[in-house]
Amino acid sequence: MYNFDFVRPSTLAEAVIALAGDEAQPLAGGQTLLPSMKQRLNMPGTLVSLTGIADLKGVSGEAGASVTIGAATTHAQVAAEAGAFYPALADLAARIGDPAVRNRGTIGGSLANNDPSACYPAAVLASGATITTNKREIAADDFFDGMFATVLEEGEIITSVTFPIPQAAAYAKFLQPASRFALTGAFVARFEGGVRVAITGASEGGVFRWSDAESVLSNSFSGDALAGKLPAAEGMISDLHGSAAYRAHLCGVMTRRAVAAAG
Amino acid sequence: MPKDGGIGASPKRREDIRFLTGEGVYTDDIQLQGQCFAYFVRSTVAHGTIGTIDTAATEAMPGVLAVFTGEDFKDVGGNPAGWLINSRDGTPMREPKRPVLAHGKVRHVGDAYAAVIAETYAQAKDAAEQLAADSEIEDLPAIVDMAAAVANADNRVHDEIPDNLCFDWGWVEDNRAAVDEAIKNAPHVTTLELVNNRLVPNAMEPRASIGEYFPGTGDYKLTTTSQNPHLHRLLISAFVMGIPENKLTVVAPDVGGGFGSKIYHYGEEALVLAAAKKLKRPVRWTAERSESFLTDAHGRDHVTKIELACEEDGTFIAFRTETLANVGAYLSNFATATPTFLHGTLMAGPYKVPNVYVNLKTVFTNTAPVDAYRGAGRPEATYSLERVIDKMCRELELDPFEVRRKNFITPDMFPYTTPVGLVYDTGDYNATLDKAMEMADVDGFEDRRAESAARGKLRGMGLSTWIEACGIAPSNLVGVLGSRVGLYDAATVRVNATGNISVMTGAHSHGQGHETVFPQIVAEKLGIDPASVEIVHGDTSKIPFGMGSYGSRSLAVAGSAMNNAVDKIIAKGKKIAAHMLEASEDDITFEDGNFAVAGTDKSLSFGEVAFSAYVPHNYPLETLEPGLEETSFYDPGNFTYPAGAYLCEVEVCPETGKVDVVAFYCADDFGNVMNPLIVEGQVHGGVGQGIGQALCEQTTYDADGQLLSASYMDYAMPRADDVPFYQVDYSCNTPCTHNPLGVKGCGEAGAIGSPPAVINAVVDALNSGGFTHITHIDMPVTPSRVWTAMQAQ
Ligand SMILES: Cc1cc2nc3c(=O)[nH]c(=O)nc-3n(C[C@H](O)[C@H](O)[C@H](O)COP(=O)(O)OP(=O)(O)OC[C@H]3O[C@@H](n4cnc5c(N)ncnc54)[C@H](O)[C@@H]3O)c2cc1C
Repeated sequence: MYNFDFVRPSTLAEAVIALAGDEAQPLAGGQTLLPSMKQRLNMPGTLVSLTGIADLKGVSGEAGASVTIGAATTHAQVAAEAGAFYPALADLAARIGDPAVRNRGTIGGSLANNDPSACYPAAVLASGATITTNKREIAADDFFDGMFATVLEEGEIITSVTFPIPQAAAYAKFLQPASRFALTGAFVARFEGGVRVAITGASEGGVFRWSDAESVLSNSFSGDALAGKLPAAEGMISDLHGSAAYRAHLCGVMTRRAVAAAG
Repeated sequence: MPKDGGIGASPKRREDIRFLTGEGVYTDDIQLQGQCFAYFVRSTVAHGTIGTIDTAATEAMPGVLAVFTGEDFKDVGGNPAGWLINSRDGTPMREPKRPVLAHGKVRHVGDAYAAVIAETYAQAKDAAEQLAADSEIEDLPAIVDMAAAVANADNRVHDEIPDNLCFDWGWVEDNRAAVDEAIKNAPHVTTLELVNNRLVPNAMEPRASIGEYFPGTGDYKLTTTSQNPHLHRLLISAFVMGIPENKLTVVAPDVGGGFGSKIYHYGEEALVLAAAKKLKRPVRWTAERSESFLTDAHGRDHVTKIELACEEDGTFIAFRTETLANVGAYLSNFATATPTFLHGTLMAGPYKVPNVYVNLKTVFTNTAPVDAYRGAGRPEATYSLERVIDKMCRELELDPFEVRRKNFITPDMFPYTTPVGLVYDTGDYNATLDKAMEMADVDGFEDRRAESAARGKLRGMGLSTWIEACGIAPSNLVGVLGSRVGLYDAATVRVNATGNISVMTGAHSHGQGHETVFPQIVAEKLGIDPASVEIVHGDTSKIPFGMGSYGSRSLAVAGSAMNNAVDKIIAKGKKIAAHMLEASEDDITFEDGNFAVAGTDKSLSFGEVAFSAYVPHNYPLETLEPGLEETSFYDPGNFTYPAGAYLCEVEVCPETGKVDVVAFYCADDFGNVMNPLIVEGQVHGGVGQGIGQALCEQTTYDADGQLLSASYMDYAMPRADDVPFYQVDYSCNTPCTHNPLGVKGCGEAGAIGSPPAVINAVVDALNSGGFTHITHIDMPVTPSRVWTAMQAQ
């Protein structure tokens, strides 16, 4: 790790000012950022901690309509509190990493980082959630911009994420054996207007909507309806944990499992 | 009733209190006045020529005290291989010098070619980064694949070694013609090509070393993560640095796991000593986890073709293997012994097969050095044998249990000389197989398979009947085989004046539990409370010259030395008691901690005799020295031969290829068991590592020699939910016939016996599910590998 300055503002306004500084970067749970700094792959001049800002934390919502999660809310808190509004989301949060990661890591950090194997992006995209920043509201369909990339601008801070509540939803995650991130994960959400399916872990482009599956499932919300359907293996990640063909295959399996779990 | 102390009891491990409460003292916990920090500059390429290293900018950086490069050590003796192996044609192995810091070339990613010493760790690391930027390393093509390494004579890891071969070994060369003939004429031959996957040892505590130099006396001290401090001292003194042994103390304090990787002497240890002398300050280094991945000696990495020739009824006629064994970029200290005398000699298994021939070529590549890792050679032998036997049974539709029974060496045949140079002293392989089958309820398997099928899972059962040679090792035998050291061990038993006891042992405990089990033995023999016995280990200034802990040798060898030293104590005690009780020495008995005159009520407690030895007022000083302290060196008469039967049940998910180990049964013969709790723990740990190798541990170098699995994000260690609740039994014991405790060793068994049981079970599951084209899958059987194999129909 290189030397850096550290500030921990207590309001969003102070954080925005601090982030305008040279080489400043937000720090949330640090579960991604700190390891990369330790390996000297990342060298911010100033870390602006978001964990002291009360407004960025918490779970609130309206049963059957929506739930809003503050960006600096930990996975553990989402797992404990979001279930009342959106059980599939709480279940996803409960299966991220290990207790230490869940007690530090945040939804905002996860989305800003957009790891191609992360879990939250699948929930956000499949739910058609809205990401609110200090500057604007961004629809999930517009937010993710390829592996480790989003449309967030320099200094822009995610403040909260609002999920509409689907009629039924579930997340099925196949573990990468070492990291236990998603080797491939499928989040399926059934809304009155149709079904949305988001796949994480599989594509070189990061999280994506599997539109073929969506149209099949919108007609008939059953795993059997998906029999024989797979996304193209082209463009899928191929690494020591699985070939592109394997990941394409897992998209089918995990989506069917998510449909079955959503009921 | 179970005992609560002494031999055969299961007291909780006394050392665990300090480990679990954070009171252990590991090398990195030791903080010294005036200490400074070393950081190593490591190659980022697998193979390259070292050009100019411009140290000027680095030396000017804040806090920098010294900079070392390979140039500084080019005249220092190399770190040697402990065994000299001759090739089939009689020529000695090629033995390139292993330098303290790479000189001329870097030969694997992580190869250290310079080091910076600075006031703080951060300063050292910053300066090392600068030095890396100021170092010219010219890329050379990487040599990664073993077959390609041997085929391409122009691209060389070591310029003086044309075909990248260390040696081409035949074992036993005299068997070769007969084995070839037997295979040619056999009614059936099963052939299997397999890979024994490379493993990263992953001790919980990374390697760490502190060098000290005392200018007043010229003494050195190395505190380091070692499994064998005297071996480290010997290597550093006699080969690498020339520091006289009596001027160098090596201390291995608490050590958090080794699994073999901390047997060896590494360049970092020499560097901190050299730097300490230069700066006259303590110099410390602790590996980062990435450095552990890149530079700890890895394990396994064999590519083998094995042929099994048999009668139609499964009676074995011959085994023949051809293996390429990776030694990596340099020869680590045991690298030449592991694939040869710890592997080739085991290729008869527990079977009365008349013909065995092993050909093994060790190959240099631009990868981390490979050496002994828990089991060391014996897992490779067991895996090849038990896999090919399983394949043969499938081909000939024979029952795998019956085939083993048909071929087992039976108790009436001991001592049994194998065709590959060992003499098994005792065993009962049918007994452990019976036991395992009973524990596993083999008869109920089809019901369990049906139940799994009802949940959409393919269930399989796999058997492995393993044997190993440990209690390493008889010095005269290993001397003939090429060892450059003896493999005895030593213990000093010091009875203190107040009657409590210090045992100085050459064994080193880095997780094994010696501090608990050694006192049990001493206490039982002396009839005293185990709590009054302390074990002292890991410090060359305190302990007798011993060879340390590996090869499941601590109890069988160092424990035997301790046993014999206690016997000497008792013998001397009898002399003292005879004098004090005014009786003849022949009439003195020793029982339950009391010296008594046979047939009388005259007796003395052990404590009274000990006191008299140190306060010799009423003592036979004319004929007997005062004091009560004895040392014994013990050189074993043979290896010990633990053996057993392992049964594994797996479920395979046909949709994803994921394998779950749902049950694992171990019936082991470890000879006499001193502490069942510790034995079970050792088996659990060993089987856990074996399951890890079989299911998930995947060391992957790409074609450029970059280690892709260089962190826990990509290197999968087995976790609690990857392993089942083990069922472990050790009741079928045939005590070792040649050591005084009758013990065989249990430390490596689990890692040796388990991988083939897992893979046999996976192949069984897949075949039962109709995937009959799958005759073998290489480890680790990751979900994607299994799924891919299922597609290849
Ligand atoms: C061992 C381990 C296992 C894990 N397993 C999983 C898993 O199974 N599934 C999974 O999804 N993830 C997993 N993770 C990742 C984990 O969820 C991280 O917490 C998450 O990726 C990052 O969140 P964070 O709060 O720690 O962010 P940080 O590490 O603090 O920051 C990450 C990035 O986001 C930026 N950032 C943070 N907050 C904001 C914000 N509000 N606005 C704008 N930018 C911001 C930072 O500047 C940084 O660039 C794992 C991590 C570890 C260490």
